[in-house]
Amino acid sequence: MKIKVIVTLKSGVLDPQGKAIQQTLNGMGFANVRDVRQGKYFDIDINENDEQKAKLAAEEICKKLLANQVIEDFKII
Amino acid sequence: MNSSVIIFPGSNCDRDMDVALKKFGFKNKMVWHDDDKLPKSDLIVLPGGFSYGDYLRCGSIAGKSKIIQSVIDFANSGGLVLGICNGFQILTETGLLKGVLQQNKNIEFICKNIFIKINNSENKFFSNIEKNVLELHIAHNEGNYFCSEDELKSLQDNNQIAAYYCASDGKIDEKSNPNGAIKNIAGIFNEKKNILGMMPHPERMIDQYLSGEDGSVFFENLIRNLK
Repeated sequence: MKIKVIVTLKSGVLDPQGKAIQQTLNGMGFANVRDVRQGKYFDIDINENDEQKAKLAAEEICKKLLANQVIEDFKII
Repeated sequence: MNSSVIIFPGSNCDRDMDVALKKFGFKNKMVWHDDDKLPKSDLIVLPGGFSYGDYLRCGSIAGKSKIIQSVIDFANSGGLVLGICNGFQILTETGLLKGVLQQNKNIEFICKNIFIKINNSENKFFSNIEKNVLELHIAHNEGNYFCSEDELKSLQDNNQIAAYYCASDGKIDEKSNPNGAIKNIAGIFNEKKNILGMMPHPERMIDQYLSGEDGSVFFENLIRNLK
């Protein structure tokens, strides 16, 4: 089954790219954009029909490789 | 003294490191990432570069490569491990060193000479070193060292901060911080001080006609300490 994962920087961790995007948007006229945080999105196809098992595997994948938990959080959706 | 330099796909400072180690008397071997055993070594070096194209996060894929378990075992048994630039990033990704190297604060690739002040010389890497301010070279996009407040406190309490970015006179200030690294940190040790990760490249400073010689000071001292 297919699992979607989003990895984002933890709040409080500096995100220079997000900041640059926010400033660019402000410069383009989107004056109401207060903050942008950039993240990563993964589509993972796991050979598993049991949703619970697939999500457990995805969680392990996130902890071991996809997210660096010093600075990043992950969400399985 | 025997050294080994690990080559990952995308490493590009491996041969510079080989030249530097041999110049100062190491018998160096190059080790491919897909090997599972290390040759007998007194020092393992993870070189600079862009292992696996910096995919996912810098150093993250190399940190799971086949040879890495041997490097971790070697380090945990007290062996000396040096990670330069991408090698430092790999060491943080394996968990051998604390923290992480984030993108530079100014979102630019920085390639220039900088100065570092050695903060702890009670270890095999810096003990008896003639100078405590070295002019070295940096070339990176992700050198902005970051760790949690608790981790920073434990690094400070255990004297694990190896070197700070500083001015030519050794003064540590915001102006001499090239990449936004927390507290100007340029390099750190593990708790036992047998693992050193740092962003600056000593192997690029071993020839007075090409660059400078403060890297020579580092390597000459290192091999003296190992003998």
